[in-house]
Amino acid sequence: MTGLTFSLKDNPQLDRWLRFQDDRTVRIGTGKVELGQGVLTALAQIAADELDLDIGQIRMMSGNSIEGPAEGYTASSWSIEHSGAAIRVVAAEVRALALARAALRLNAAPDELTIVEGAFLRNGAPSGIDYWSIAGEINLSAEATGTVPPRPGSTYRLVGTSVPRIDLRAKLTGSGFIQDMALPGMLHARTLRQPGRGATLIGLDEDAIRRRAGAAIQIVRIDNFVAFVGVDETAVRAAAIAAAACAVWENARALDPEQAMPDWVASQPSIDQRIGDPLPEPAPDRVSVRFTRPFLSHGSIAPSCAVALYRDDILTVWSHAQGMHPLRENIAKTVGLSPNKVACHHMQGAGCYGHNGADDAALDAALVALALPGQPIRHMWRREEEFGYEPLSSAMAVTVHAALDPAGRPVDWTTEIWSATHGQRPGVGGAYLLAADALKEPPPERKPFDIPLERGGGATRNGIPLYDIDAKRIDLHLIHDVPVRTSSLRGLGATLNVFAIEGLLDNLAARAGEDPVTYRLAILSDPRARRVLEKAAAMADWSSRDAGGAGSGLGLGLARYKNSSAYAAVVAAVEVDETVRVTDVWCAVDAGLVINPDGLVNQIEGNIVQAISWTLMEEVRFGLEGIATVDWESYPVIRFSDMPEIRVELTEAGEHPPLGVGECAGGPTAAAIGNAVAHALGIRIHDMPMTRDRIMTALMA
Amino acid sequence: MSKALTLTVNGQDHDIDVPLTTPLLDVLRNHLGLTGSRYGCGLEQCGACMVLIDGRATYSCSREVGTLAGRAVTTVEGLGSAAALHPLQQAFLDEQAGQCGYCLSGMLIAAKAFLDQNPQPTRSEVAAALDANLCRCGSHPRILRAVLKAAAKIHPKAA
Ligand code: FES
Ligand code: FES
Repeated sequence: MTGLTFSLKDNPQLDRWLRFQDDRTVRIGTGKVELGQGVLTALAQIAADELDLDIGQIRMMSGNSIEGPAEGYTASSWSIEHSGAAIRVVAAEVRALALARAALRLNAAPDELTIVEGAFLRNGAPSGIDYWSIAGEINLSAEATGTVPPRPGSTYRLVGTSVPRIDLRAKLTGSGFIQDMALPGMLHARTLRQPGRGATLIGLDEDAIRRRAGAAIQIVRIDNFVAFVGVDETAVRAAAIAAAACAVWENARALDPEQAMPDWVASQPSIDQRIGDPLPEPAPDRVSVRFTRPFLSHGSIAPSCAVALYRDDILTVWSHAQGMHPLRENIAKTVGLSPNKVACHHMQGAGCYGHNGADDAALDAALVALALPGQPIRHMWRREEEFGYEPLSSAMAVTVHAALDPAGRPVDWTTEIWSATHGQRPGVGGAYLLAADALKEPPPERKPFDIPLERGGGATRNGIPLYDIDAKRIDLHLIHDVPVRTSSLRGLGATLNVFAIEGLLDNLAARAGEDPVTYRLAILSDPRARRVLEKAAAMADWSSRDAGGAGSGLGLGLARYKNSSAYAAVVAAVEVDETVRVTDVWCAVDAGLVINPDGLVNQIEGNIVQAISWTLMEEVRFGLEGIATVDWESYPVIRFSDMPEIRVELTEAGEHPPLGVGECAGGPTAAAIGNAVAHALGIRIHDMPMTRDRIMTALMA
Repeated sequence: MSKALTLTVNGQDHDIDVPLTTPLLDVLRNHLGLTGSRYGCGLEQCGACMVLIDGRATYSCSREVGTLAGRAVTTVEGLGSAAALHPLQQAFLDEQAGQCGYCLSGMLIAAKAFLDQNPQPTRSEVAAALDANLCRCGSHPRILRAVLKAAAKIHPKAA
């Protein structure tokens, strides 16, 4: 008995997940969407194995709010754990139903039959029937029972192999993105953004904007929402660029550069919560170190985009957001339509790495489409709009406190966290879509809310160290009044929490006069964590590590993502003069059963590269009128010339369930660089990003 | 204000009637249906829009189409097709070089221009050549490998 998995309980009907199609393919539905992480390929592998099909016989249908399963957002590395498990159970059950049906037709015993590429063989010989010839006799509108055990792992053909990404060929030859959609009669749209909740548009020089557009455009105004629309994208873009200087706002938001500083954020009023073990009384003597990181941008390489059409009373929206069912609910609620009048379809976009402008762009497009019924609207944000109005990842401060035993090992641990929320996806905790603020009756202001630790945590993610320490706790100070919207960026709070925890551990190892690996192993009983740590150390030839202090360093970082998902150990080698250069990264990951090894390695490499960028160079700054880092010059990210050699290995752990890996290496990478820099300089830098200025300041001190 | 102009893209001549200040990228995507060149920033800062103009990798997002009479424009669609990949596209596929893939057209174009100049580059030469192209997914290590692999395929080193 396998029982019903998480996603299956919400979507029990078999045909939400699986349908036989006339072209002799099988359509597999999933609520999870492709964000560049390769999830559709991995899910296709699972389905093809379970059904005895070739991978080419699977067609993935993802993010379809009408026909597909509702699985919330594609987030927190849950896709394989949730959607994969459901697809496996459904496919096993449908295969069994089909086999029983075929046996009846052929007057055979089920165990005389096998299936190859969808065709039934009887004692190895063709039987003349296949899935598609008996599809009409299988009731897929029935609910899954969860009574058919999926096949044993020993019989996998595709799971565990590096099947190439099913979407990559199109993307190498000029297609495959929502930006490329072209519907007959489609109009282009751009918006003028309301500068903050409560800002009121009191003047708009429409004539000047039209002149600057250079070709005919329409101006759609709904309360404080303004869009420029036309057949000519060049003109529409020119109008939007001109618009800012042609608009007069009352109550526009004012920012102060100071407010972008982690210390400013940490000094704001907070809701305080202790999670974990009580603090012993009297409080023990503790070693405490404080770490910070700034606000970060998702920095998608493409500004957000959406296409919408309102026709025959139905609002259809194509979007690259991370969940089509939530998007449908959120748009319906905002525009006052019933959800069954709204259809949302996922189309692939550029990588988003969390909650960026995608959902908001979808509402923008929907508002324009509702104002101009019958005409497809392709709406795209401008580059500075993406940087300036997408939700940011909150600046944070973390102080880690450890009480030590006589041998210098931690016996009591507190991770004290100051952060705004990391969980403000629309529909979650009262959060809503951006343009709702511009409408006549904006939704009520949301109350402070962050993702609870039992759901993976937001600011608190990975705040509890995985080491053997008698008492561990998080003291969370959830800041509610930051002047920008904050939400989920890959890793959420884990990046700084792991940076801080692993940083203090290195300090403690040094105090105890022990090697950082040896010190950690002495307080680490989790065998899977030990395995990745030892493996990464071996890959990096850790035992030859020198005393440091001479400008080159080797450092490590270790975490189990969300304390429940994949394990990652990272060793980084750096060279530091005035700046930090990462020369090599070695990473070992335990992801449980691996569906697609190369796909996993690809995601881990990407996570490592992005984390190097966060750690060394990324920082959102505020100006007086808004976010000041609105292009790639003011918000630099990592480039080819900064690229280290990266080696990733997966540990053998097929007996454990599969775990998502897309976010597991970020915190450990940041920590490894932090520790390597400390090793290289003999001085620790506590603040991300570790820029030239910070290095110079540390060296002068 | 608009004027007919003959633009040569991927070896084919197109008469187009747009203002001469229209960015090449908009003409490619919206008038010629060539969506492989992508909008990323419009600021010559990311490389997603790169095309070849007379063999040189050029940002198309801010290049006015009026400057291109008599010049040869090549987009990613002109390199190869899904059915007949260019060796660079094949190498990217073989290395699974890409995650979201949005940057890849620009990468392929920049790599093509570079390999035409420097057929047997080192890793750091490739890195320097692609430095203007941003990839936010961190596919850089694979892209570097793919370009080196394509170079080896196109111009096998003399034994
Ligand atoms: S879109 Fe041309 S460089 Fe970014
Ligand atoms: S693969 Fe996503 S930006 Fe390069």
